[in-house]
Amino acid sequence: MNGALWQIFKRDVAMLMPGGKRGGSLLPLLFFLAVAMLFPFAVGPEPALLAKTGGGVVWIAALLAALLPLDRLVAHDLEGGVLDQFALRGISDEAAMASRLVAHWLGFGPPLILAAFPAAALLGLDGPTLHFLLLGLLAGTPGLAAIGLMIAALTASFRSVTALAGLMLVPLAVPILIFGAGSLPTANYSGIALTAAISLVLVAIAPFAAGAAIRAAREG
Amino acid sequence: MTPRLIASNIACRRGDRLLFAGVGFALESGDALHLAGPNGVGKSSLIRIIAGLLRPFEGNVKCEGAIALLDDRPALDEYNTLGDALGFWAKVDGSAPDTGTFGLTDLLDVPVRYLSTGQRKRSALARMAGQGAPIWLLDEPLNGLDQDAVAIVERMVADHCKAGGIAIIASHQPFALDDMTRLELAEFTP
Repeated sequence: MNGALWQIFKRDVAMLMPGGKRGGSLLPLLFFLAVAMLFPFAVGPEPALLAKTGGGVVWIAALLAALLPLDRLVAHDLEGGVLDQFALRGISDEAAMASRLVAHWLGFGPPLILAAFPAAALLGLDGPTLHFLLLGLLAGTPGLAAIGLMIAALTASFRSVTALAGLMLVPLAVPILIFGAGSLPTANYSGIALTAAISLVLVAIAPFAAGAAIRAAREG
Repeated sequence: MTPRLIASNIACRRGDRLLFAGVGFALESGDALHLAGPNGVGKSSLIRIIAGLLRPFEGNVKCEGAIALLDDRPALDEYNTLGDALGFWAKVDGSAPDTGTFGLTDLLDVPVRYLSTGQRKRSALARMAGQGAPIWLLDEPLNGLDQDAVAIVERMVADHCKAGGIAIIASHQPFALDDMTRLELAEFTP
């Protein structure tokens, strides 16, 4: 059974990694960089203003970039019967969703953290801000991935859900945003720790919530 | 372990409509059951209840042995080649895909999204047979297949039952198999 779960995880990673066969997973990264590139054009190039607001903009860009892969995350496998076949083989929906959560984070978390370097350069962020931005993203992106997975599973049986997913993500992601972006101006680690704590809670409940959502979708 | 499947007093409700009630049967090793009935009578729902994917409104299913399910969704990744898509399930099941029986050998390099309806069905049958489960649930297995492929499926199910397996076939089409029990689902509509 462990072997089967490993195969499923490898499939999830191949599906969700940037440049994966399903395509489109480079989109969050490009979107993230596009926001960092466009922001100075929109508000003007004064370094003081950019340094003050840039970190928050990176956080908003990361949050919205996390929305982009959601329509591919669960819906295809539910429609295609793949999740039913997993269930028949005794692989619980929770296990399948836990594997997908890790694959989803690997697909957008580390690329966004790497892209934060060029984004910081574009926005003229200084060293300490970049330091807290990277730590915050490292602590916050697992939580964003967990929220995304839960929303993707809840909306998997609906059509054209991207707008609805956006509306659902906003309130759930606010705590991560407050503590993650809030740690930037004060430059302390307590905000990072709270972001990590919220992420941990979300990661812990996401496989169960997503599994329950898939079972409910089967009954519908 | 010899496979066994006992369904007792199954009822299924979709929305506020009772599709059927009081369906029961017991299948032992080597048995085959044909679920017959017109469209919409609840054949697919009964198959999904037996597979444990849908909760029955009433009654229960006791099942000993692994279940393989074939329905209208092949569960093969559209963006992969057929060889990779079948290979994924073979690795999950720890088996080797049988592509020769269904004439798929020449199609292994073709992405699944380019396959025709009949080719998809044959691929799905290969995936299901490769699982090596003793209980087969076949929901409309003959849809989209040509005559040769129909004969192959009928022979495959016959061999499976001879080898001690159980097969349940839900189909509105005739399915040629010796010693097959027939269950008219329409008789159980309230």
